[in-house]
Amino acid sequence: MSKVKTARPNFVSTTNACKLCTPLGASLAFRGVEGAIPFLHGSQGCATYMRRYIISHFREPVDIASSALGEKNAIYGGGPNLKKGILNVMKKYEPKLIGVATTCLTETIGDDVPMYFGEFYKEFGDLDLPELVRVSTPSYNGTHMDGWHGAVRSMVEQLCLEKAPATGRVNILPSLVSCEDVRHLRDICDHFGIEATILPDISETLDGPALEDYVKIPEGGTPIGDIKTMSGSRATIEFGRCLPAKSGGASLEERFGIPNHRLGLPMGLRESDRFFETLEDISGKAMPRRYELERGRLVDAYVDGHKYIFGKRAVVYGEEDLVVGLCAFLSEIGVDVVLAGTGARNKGLEKAIAKVTDGVARIAPEVREAVDFHDIAAEAGELAPDLLVGHSKGYRYAKAWNVPLVRVGFPIHDRFGGQRTLTLGYKGTQALFDRVVNAVIEKKQADSPIGYGYI
Amino acid sequence: MRTTSSTILEERRDQIHRTGEGAIDIACNRESLAGAVSQRACVFCGSRVVLYPIADALHLVHGPIGCAVYTWDIRGSLSSGPELHRLSFSTDLQETDVIFGGEKKLAAALDELIDRHSPKAAFVYSTCIVGLIGDDLEAVCRKMTEKKGIPVLPVMSEGFKGNKRAGYLAACKAMFRLIGKGDTADISPVSINILGDFNLAGEIWIIREYFERMGVEVVANITGDGRVADIARCHGAALNLVQCSGATLDLAKMMQEEFGTPFKRVSYLGIEDMADSLYQVADFFKDMDPGIVERTQALVREELGKLMPELARYRRDLEGKKVAMYVGGSFKAFSLVKAFRHLGMKVVVVGSQTGTKEDYAELAEITDPGTVIIDDANPLELSHFIKEKDVDVFVGGVKERPIAYKLGVGFCDHNHERKEALEGFRGMLNFAREIHSSAMSPVWQFAPRRANRANLAKEARKEAANE
Repeated sequence: MSKVKTARPNFVSTTNACKLCTPLGASLAFRGVEGAIPFLHGSQGCATYMRRYIISHFREPVDIASSALGEKNAIYGGGPNLKKGILNVMKKYEPKLIGVATTCLTETIGDDVPMYFGEFYKEFGDLDLPELVRVSTPSYNGTHMDGWHGAVRSMVEQLCLEKAPATGRVNILPSLVSCEDVRHLRDICDHFGIEATILPDISETLDGPALEDYVKIPEGGTPIGDIKTMSGSRATIEFGRCLPAKSGGASLEERFGIPNHRLGLPMGLRESDRFFETLEDISGKAMPRRYELERGRLVDAYVDGHKYIFGKRAVVYGEEDLVVGLCAFLSEIGVDVVLAGTGARNKGLEKAIAKVTDGVARIAPEVREAVDFHDIAAEAGELAPDLLVGHSKGYRYAKAWNVPLVRVGFPIHDRFGGQRTLTLGYKGTQALFDRVVNAVIEKKQADSPIGYGYI
Repeated sequence: MRTTSSTILEERRDQIHRTGEGAIDIACNRESLAGAVSQRACVFCGSRVVLYPIADALHLVHGPIGCAVYTWDIRGSLSSGPELHRLSFSTDLQETDVIFGGEKKLAAALDELIDRHSPKAAFVYSTCIVGLIGDDLEAVCRKMTEKKGIPVLPVMSEGFKGNKRAGYLAACKAMFRLIGKGDTADISPVSINILGDFNLAGEIWIIREYFERMGVEVVANITGDGRVADIARCHGAALNLVQCSGATLDLAKMMQEEFGTPFKRVSYLGIEDMADSLYQVADFFKDMDPGIVERTQALVREELGKLMPELARYRRDLEGKKVAMYVGGSFKAFSLVKAFRHLGMKVVVVGSQTGTKEDYAELAEITDPGTVIIDDANPLELSHFIKEKDVDVFVGGVKERPIAYKLGVGFCDHNHERKEALEGFRGMLNFAREIHSSAMSPVWQFAPRRANRANLAKEARKEAANE
């Protein structure tokens, strides 16, 4: 028992991972660009598995191409298949962009994708070629968030090549948030009179309308032209307190001097305030009244609901920056986060959480990087949580401990509407707050032999 | 309407056939075409899904995290006891492991996990990366078998070494190492093994009950609700019944060669195939147990007596509707074609991920003229044929679902993630109910493809009235 609190001295195996692999994150990010199709350079299974996983959450068609490498390719190199695959995707999908992410297989055999691209341009330069973007995503390195951020940076660096004339736009790199979150961000920018380039924008491509026909590549996504002129924007806002130093926003700042505002995900009152203040600074406009009202209603709700949840103990898990955002929010409303875990490693999670919970958290949570659900469970038993907050994969633990699970993030495989879950801004925080309070009330009702009709 | 060039790639044309248009000579069992967005998975997937339902074994994926995480509890295979199979174990290989080799980490992981869970056996799955860095799984497993006193079995399932079928074979080879080790002394001469059923939504329990009523002992479930000890003694059974032939026919053949166990191919889907499978077993044992044929007839009569009136109600609504299906193994497709006939429905498109030439020839035999038969399809081809044939219901798995829904077409999940039992006579009723609720929902009238068509028809009527 004495070993419980030490950080996994015998780390050797993973049980029920709390992370996904890098190419999945890259595929998701590529899906948020207009006319784009993700392409995995590896064996066929990777693409199929990831499609299945993503479809279960979004309930939308997710076509991911593959170079479908076989044994011979693994020995002699995957170049010919990569080129053939790109040609076939061009023929069938007529994409504007093909986002090529590598896999463990092609990284290990040492396939040189930039070189293959060079050869491809030389051989087929006479064709009407789509944009080709590549990102290195060996799945034995990092998590899906590294793949996501890597793909975003790759798009910025490989498409936005020179200083564009001033556009007055603002770049927003929202990280992996829901389709509804992206729509909300766009509305907020509209109301500030800000034209935003949101990269990626999955709001339509992964949550599209019913249509007359099966479209090869869904409408929507960040226009490629807008990506190319991100260097002419007046500022960048990127969400994430655990971002790599080399991010899309950092690249634009370094190369073109675009001021980069690195903020936490706007979850909770204080992190949302920071976002809205930044928008005020950038736009020179005061906060539109509708957001003042949203903020006011949120504070009002915080007050109305505080008694139901004060001192409740929460276990939070998932993507590093989502965990930070959730800690910021939960601490504000008086919920004690007793454990905050992520499958990622070396993200500075503890520091980031300390920063966003400063002044409101009554206790500092146990913070664990590189954990799986086995580790979380090992500790959570002693921590006696009242609720779990995170994606669907925590369900079996919530069930075992008979505590509610508030589903947030990716993937939501066992509920409907994960892609439409709003969590950002005052409005998203409001939605999340209502869900947390109601989860606690529901549990209280279910456990009560009386069955109060007024709570 | 004919296939347009942009939908079907030239290199895939010989993987599509229409019943009645010349002799069938469909190309199959080849590697998926690069860039075709195949619905297929890989070798690893093949072995993982076959072995996954063995509930008291440890299933350790040796590789980076993705392979394990995407197959975490991937099937709804139920267990009547242990549930070790529902956890996802991985060595979670990191860059340093790739450089210096992962054998030590694998041994340590096995050591840790076997101590923690006391499984009856451990399967260790090889992934792409392991095939490349050349870890000696065989040696690690051998040492661990000695150390822990349980079988630790390598599954040679490197993702890129062939297609899903190669994974089935790898799984069978791994399982075959278990067989012959257990005591068979008290096994009845009227006994079978159930191969190739995965106990989705508890289906194997329905089937086992039928055999119990017939007086047949089921020695081992391979692999749904499977147990290591049962598999170890399954060579004592008199007969192997192979349902999913792609997955387990290889094992049946190995057992026939080594232990002389005969096998029969069966199916528990649909009325005829279910009944026929039971009769085949009765026929096999009739010399040993003269009452078995009569008991089986009584069973089938009783079950059909309950089923048929209820089916008739659904059939009234479904008569004449059209179906497309895309399934993993084509053997399932045979049964479904027949099952749909009982509902008055017509299969007009049928495809599979891993069919063989013989499978497709049989499909051509049992389907109506004009039916599209397709090997290793992709979203664009599937949506093309769904539209061309104007189908009402599409049968497939999770990846196929949004294709149907975007086109405003009903969908039935008949893949390994289904949560409703569709096997047996009771399953046929569930199946009818599911197809009925898929096809008859009022929501389709709002889906643009249908709504627009209804509007056009209305306009045409108006115009005709005006003239």
